[in-house]
Amino acid sequence: MGSWLTIGIDFLIIILLILGFFQFRNPKGARRGNFTTAFALFCAFGLVIYRHGSIDPGIVLTALLLGGAVGWFVAVRINMIQIPAMVAFQHGAGGIAAFLVSFLELTKAAGEPLTTLSEVSGVLGLIIGTATFSGSMIAGGKLAGLINQKPVAFPFHSLLLAGTTLGILVVAVLAGQAGPQAHVFWLLSLFALSVLLGILFSIRIGGADMPVLISFLNATAGLAAAFCGIIIQNRLLVACGATVAASGSILTHVMCLAMNRGLIKVFMGSLSKQRTVPKEILNAEDRPILTDMGNGGERFEYALSAARISEKIVIIPGYGMALAQAQFQVVRLAHRLEELGKKVKFAIHPVAGRMPGHMNVLLAEAEVDYENLVEMEAINSEFPSTDLALIVGACDVVNPAAVSQEGTPISGMPILMAHEAKLVVVCNMDGKPGYSGVKNPLYDMAKTITLFGDAKETLARLLEAL
Amino acid sequence: MVDLLIMVLVFILTFVVGYALISRIPPLLHTPLMSMTNAISAVIILGGLLLFSQETTSLEKVLGFAAIAAATFNLIGGFVITDRMLKLFKKGNRLLN
Repeated sequence: MGSWLTIGIDFLIIILLILGFFQFRNPKGARRGNFTTAFALFCAFGLVIYRHGSIDPGIVLTALLLGGAVGWFVAVRINMIQIPAMVAFQHGAGGIAAFLVSFLELTKAAGEPLTTLSEVSGVLGLIIGTATFSGSMIAGGKLAGLINQKPVAFPFHSLLLAGTTLGILVVAVLAGQAGPQAHVFWLLSLFALSVLLGILFSIRIGGADMPVLISFLNATAGLAAAFCGIIIQNRLLVACGATVAASGSILTHVMCLAMNRGLIKVFMGSLSKQRTVPKEILNAEDRPILTDMGNGGERFEYALSAARISEKIVIIPGYGMALAQAQFQVVRLAHRLEELGKKVKFAIHPVAGRMPGHMNVLLAEAEVDYENLVEMEAINSEFPSTDLALIVGACDVVNPAAVSQEGTPISGMPILMAHEAKLVVVCNMDGKPGYSGVKNPLYDMAKTITLFGDAKETLARLLEAL
Repeated sequence: MVDLLIMVLVFILTFVVGYALISRIPPLLHTPLMSMTNAISAVIILGGLLLFSQETTSLEKVLGFAAIAAATFNLIGGFVITDRMLKLFKKGNRLLN
């Protein structure tokens, strides 16, 4: 497997890749980090061509141009709100490539025969790659709104899933022992079963759990690449796959923590059955004094004066804001408030979006300085000294029941402590509970002014009046 | 056998070092991070290239073509979109005062 020189060169490329991740740790260096990793992959690419040459450069070049052109075309045109769907479809492309490579390596006529261990990792790469492909297609379809976002559970879904997994194990063993002819048949059966596995797995996961699913598929795509690296004996492939698997695992873990749900629970589909409505959490002295704020017009006046008198304002955007495409309106309002001499910050909950960190990208696109995008741990201590918390399209992530109530689906979930601010203005579509189904007691608090309706309109009116 | 051990070692080492570095990346950058790692997982393209370093049957040519095209889509698309996103993260516009 090569001299010290080839090992050394491989090692240098891996260092370059790792360096890219190191540069990625802050927004200033991230662009350079992205460039560094791209350069590392380019080197790996050049190295393989240099070492092994190519018998059919025409085919390779055409494939490169075709895939590259489509990839580039889609990447420059895509809208930031569609990023999660795009990333999911790309995971799918990586998955199908992993399937094709493992399949071809396993059935290859030319070259030396495979060792048992290469065979095993090839089969694993095939299964994981294929399931990543079909799972990502479903996830991408849900994120792009092509498939119903609600979790879909077939009768005996868990049984079906378990049966498919068992079937895959049996067929994998059969494939390993079969002769050359039957080998292809079993591998194709394995492909079909893995496609089914990916579909069954993803279809049961609902829209709001997408951040977990997409992170998980990120990890499996990396894992599939790493297994392919073992079968074709390429250290660079293994190393790259490993970093992706590491990153995907971290993001999966972070997302689960932010939603206060175990991985298994998310993948078992819908929320836990108990949808207990929390009892009133307010004390007598907290009873609403503004309940009779009358019609919308009067509430609006209250909200307006709240914005006028407040010095320190924290805006809490949720996915509802993104759905209403109200981020530009929100930012315009923030700029106006700043012009009036107020301090404005954005509080970002980790799951305020459809993939990890999505909300940050949406607001960065709307020209918010990234230093004003404050993550949950950092902003929570500031709420008691905040004059006004302005909530736009967020519900569960600001639901105080998560910290004050036991036994609800969101109990224990980390939230943004908006209820600790002196005044709260809520610009949501309606007062219905969020995805978790837990009623939000924040809406009934004395200091809360609710402005239900289309957030875009409400914000435009506020902006005009200020 | 030694080769396999090296492979497993490479996997474990890069996983651990990657894990340590990536866990320090702030949530602010998690979307571009996933987009970039997504592009990195297209490294599978190396497998497609290696395929064409030997004689291939016509079926292998077709499937190999598909593998390279899919991986390149992932590779180019992933890096370009990550760059586009990272360009959006700016400091010192109006909101900073």
